[in-house]
Amino acid sequence: MPSLKIQTAKPKTAGPEPALLERMLYYLKLTRECEHRIERVLYRQGKIVGGVYVGRGQEAIGVGSAIHLGPGDVVLPSHRDFSSFVIRGFTLREIFCNWLGRANGPSRGRENTTHIGSLERGVIPIISPLGDTLPVACGVAIAFRRRGAKNVALVHFGEGTTSRGDVHEAMNMAAVMKLAVIFICNNNAYAYSTATNKQYAVKDLADRAPGYGMPGVVVDGNDVLDVHQVVSEAIARARRGEGPSFIECKTFRMTGHSAHDAAEYVPESLKEEWARKDPIQRFEKLLLDRKLVSKAQISNMEKKIRQEIDDAVAFAEASPLPEGTTAVEGVYCGPNCWWERPV
Amino acid sequence: MPVLTHLEAIKQGIWEEMERDAAVFLIGEDIAEYGGAFKVTAGMLEKFGAERVIDTPISESAIVGAAVGSALMGLRPVVEMQFMDFIACGFDQIVNMAAKIHYRWGAKVPMVIRGPSGAGVHGGPYHSQSNEMWFVHTPGLKVVVPATAYDAKGLIKAAIRDDNPVIFYEHKFLYRRIKDEVPEEDYIVPIGKAAVRREGTDLAIITYGAMVWTALDAAAEMEKEGVSVEVVDLRSLLPYDEEAVLASVRKCSKVILLHEDTRIGGMAGELAAVISEKAFDDLDGPIVRVTAPDTPVPFSPPLEEYFLPNAEKVVNAARKLAAY
Ligand SMILES: Cc1ncc(C[n+]2csc(CCOP(=O)(O)OP(=O)(O)O)c2C)c(N)n1
Ligand SMILES: [Mg+2]
Repeated sequence: MPSLKIQTAKPKTAGPEPALLERMLYYLKLTRECEHRIERVLYRQGKIVGGVYVGRGQEAIGVGSAIHLGPGDVVLPSHRDFSSFVIRGFTLREIFCNWLGRANGPSRGRENTTHIGSLERGVIPIISPLGDTLPVACGVAIAFRRRGAKNVALVHFGEGTTSRGDVHEAMNMAAVMKLAVIFICNNNAYAYSTATNKQYAVKDLADRAPGYGMPGVVVDGNDVLDVHQVVSEAIARARRGEGPSFIECKTFRMTGHSAHDAAEYVPESLKEEWARKDPIQRFEKLLLDRKLVSKAQISNMEKKIRQEIDDAVAFAEASPLPEGTTAVEGVYCGPNCWWERPV
Repeated sequence: MPVLTHLEAIKQGIWEEMERDAAVFLIGEDIAEYGGAFKVTAGMLEKFGAERVIDTPISESAIVGAAVGSALMGLRPVVEMQFMDFIACGFDQIVNMAAKIHYRWGAKVPMVIRGPSGAGVHGGPYHSQSNEMWFVHTPGLKVVVPATAYDAKGLIKAAIRDDNPVIFYEHKFLYRRIKDEVPEEDYIVPIGKAAVRREGTDLAIITYGAMVWTALDAAAEMEKEGVSVEVVDLRSLLPYDEEAVLASVRKCSKVILLHEDTRIGGMAGELAAVISEKAFDDLDGPIVRVTAPDTPVPFSPPLEEYFLPNAEKVVNAARKLAAY
């Protein structure tokens, strides 16, 4: 039997086509810029109320994985995986309407942040209790099997979340039933203020995977090509019916836990060290060095992204807030369901 | 008409729904080869195959979560909790995941969680609880507690066809003790509708689950004393049939609220509130509760007997109330 633990270094294959590389760069930059607008502009202006969680510094994980998904596949993002939503087809207008609690947002004002779902787009949103989406991903894969579909479910979560019982239950269940679930852990060094040494006692969380009977991989989560490669292997394995994989992406939360948190508990030296490993700068430099994109292309891309965001924010701000009385609607589905009526 | 036990009726209801709709499947612990701790699913593996009768590891939270995931994808899972006491291990997935999905983003979660609850079989603190109120306090869920075999079948079928998550309480004391006529043709009992089990005029007992039978015993006893007792079986607790409750209160003007569950925060408290809000002027006496005391369910027979409401306790309360 081959060793269950795979350590992946650099991608062996030629890697993605130039067009795909450019798309990845676009999604990386779009994600960074959208979250910047959310966390550092709209929140500070008081236009976004409530909690604000972003994935600054972790964008390569969402991009390098969601980019693989095809029709029928499902992603269950963590609270820091903005890119999964846009890659799966949520528009920026929808997303900003949701952040601003608008009536025409996908949750019609019921949910904050990126707690938005769409079965047509194969996105099942997180709920705040951490770890709950992992068992749900198992159920999604049970349904794939029932249909005879070769689809996969990607579920994202932080390293802190791995301490919850649902993670254990789901990983064990997925392994026992050989379900097509890819467990993607973003190890960003902190869970709120808790560093990893207070969270777990193994060296790498991927070390746990063989204990469940599935491969565990450690990957540089700030290298979008590495993530892309490793996820692609795990997806291929799952589509072949060989069961789940666990991928630990080492990364860093380049901001506070949420917008109110200055993260003073994180040593400055660590912040500086990881600033040098910024996944977007790294990827951009790589593409420039390999002459796969030009400076002009990049600045066009950035301009386009800013325009898209300006449009979405203006649209969201001009959109109506929900009527308070609609709070009592749509608790249950049934005939004449409120959700099937226009807002 | 065939006569079935409570358990056979539930089994037949599930079986027929499995035959009717290929999306329906079963998931739980020891339900496939073994047929479940109480044998509700015996024979289903052989009939419907391993893809539709799925044994799992001991992971209540993952079982419920997986049911949610498969329901979102268009299947109709029926989860067995080996005992409803262990539903606590899946609590978060039920109240935070399953119950809130439709409200949050409009997706349907058609699933049923069913299993044995209730005391009277010396099961001790962890095989005897009536914990239905945990879920009655959770908007987005439906909660059903049948008393008769006819209702058990009609309600499990309604629950499986419902597009919302339904928690289905089976009273283990009734499983093999209660038998009644169950028609062969397809029928459902609608969720949210009560049934008057016995008509009366002087005093209404509103109850559900195994206590329906206790109430009927007490009503027969009171009849000998010249008191005409009406017995209302709620059948569903969420939503519950407020109209039926108020109608019986208006008719009888005196009401006993009876349940096997403990007292504080029990269904009786909710019913008492709605009766005093909406039928205060119709009352000719205090609203009386007969319930278990606020303790865990004890094991040793004299303790369990003291804990459980029974006909004698109901009769004592009824005599006092009738004298008003
Ligand atoms: C069950 C549960 N406990 C506590 C919280 C509060 N909380 C929200 S995010 C968070 C830290 C999560 O850390 P991690 O899993 O590493 O993800 P990260 O935020 O670092 O991406 C905590 C404690 C929660 N949402 N759910
Ligand atoms: Mg973390």
